[in-house]
Amino acid sequence: MTKSLQKRIFFVPVAAFLLLAVFLWRGLYLDPTELPSVLIDKPMPEFAMTTVENQPVGNVNLPEQVFLLNVWGSYCLPCLVEHPTLMRLSEEGEFPVVGVNYKDRRQLALDWLERNGNPFAYSILDEEGRFGIDLGVYGAPETFLVDGEGVIRYRHVGVLDESVWRDVFVPVIDELRDPGPGP
Amino acid sequence: MTFPRILLLSFLLVLVAPAGLAQVDAFAFENDEQRQRFRRLSNEFRCPMCQNANLTGSTGGVAEDLRREIHRMILAGSTDTEIEQFMFERYGDFIFYRPRLRPDTVLLWFGPALFLLFGAWMGWRILRQADDREKQTPAADLDTGEQEKLRRLLDNE
Repeated sequence: MTKSLQKRIFFVPVAAFLLLAVFLWRGLYLDPTELPSVLIDKPMPEFAMTTVENQPVGNVNLPEQVFLLNVWGSYCLPCLVEHPTLMRLSEEGEFPVVGVNYKDRRQLALDWLERNGNPFAYSILDEEGRFGIDLGVYGAPETFLVDGEGVIRYRHVGVLDESVWRDVFVPVIDELRDPGPGP
Repeated sequence: MTFPRILLLSFLLVLVAPAGLAQVDAFAFENDEQRQRFRRLSNEFRCPMCQNANLTGSTGGVAEDLRREIHRMILAGSTDTEIEQFMFERYGDFIFYRPRLRPDTVLLWFGPALFLLFGAWMGWRILRQADDREKQTPAADLDTGEQEKLRRLLDNE
């Protein structure tokens, strides 16, 4: 065995260690509870349901502009944390917010909206969580960003507060409106 | 049997009752084959919420819903492949404890074997290197005078 090969072989464990270190270092900052959604760039699932106010609602009722689909429940404490942000967005009116009342009871949902204020254009009643399964939801709160064609563009798991809106949603929306510097 | 003993016995029986099976058996099936399939599928799928449990072992809300969905689909006559596809379309590869074999999961499947092969190769190289060194007697580098000197030194010891 030549000297140079021996020397090179010495670097193999070092290289292996560095590679592993990079992976593990990255792993430290990954959130394992944040699962990538397989619905990104897929159209909203078909649905024909009712709102919490008992009005029939389906895909045709979805806003024909970029909107948020927020999965919430009266039992959900983090939903209260993000509530002021949803109220603000709803008042400003640029991005309508559609609710999915997930695994809740109609009366509890109505009481919650009465008590805290209603940021939603309407809330789809999903008592059984059946629509939630079609959306790949695993717990409230989750927020989907849907474009004007009804295609899901982004999914955020967890609280959507002002900083998440600013740091995560706004860049995604900007990207949607102006997809990269053209040639 | 005395009353305290019966009490103790019932307590012990509660301890051994398999909680997981109790959940599965809450669903009614037409036959045993369906029940087996249900059990197999809810063991295979991973709960998206409580990430290190399968659907059988999880009490999470979404796991309950997914079990109900599997039950509904089995009764409706869906095949296992259809149910797996249904889950995949909604929850992605995450739902499988054994991800499907695809170009981007090849490394996941065969990576460990590759590492093992690499380790074996390294081990072989190192052993061969040691072998070479042994064959190469140190005296070979010395000329006749030096060999003579070395022998004398060793003999003096």
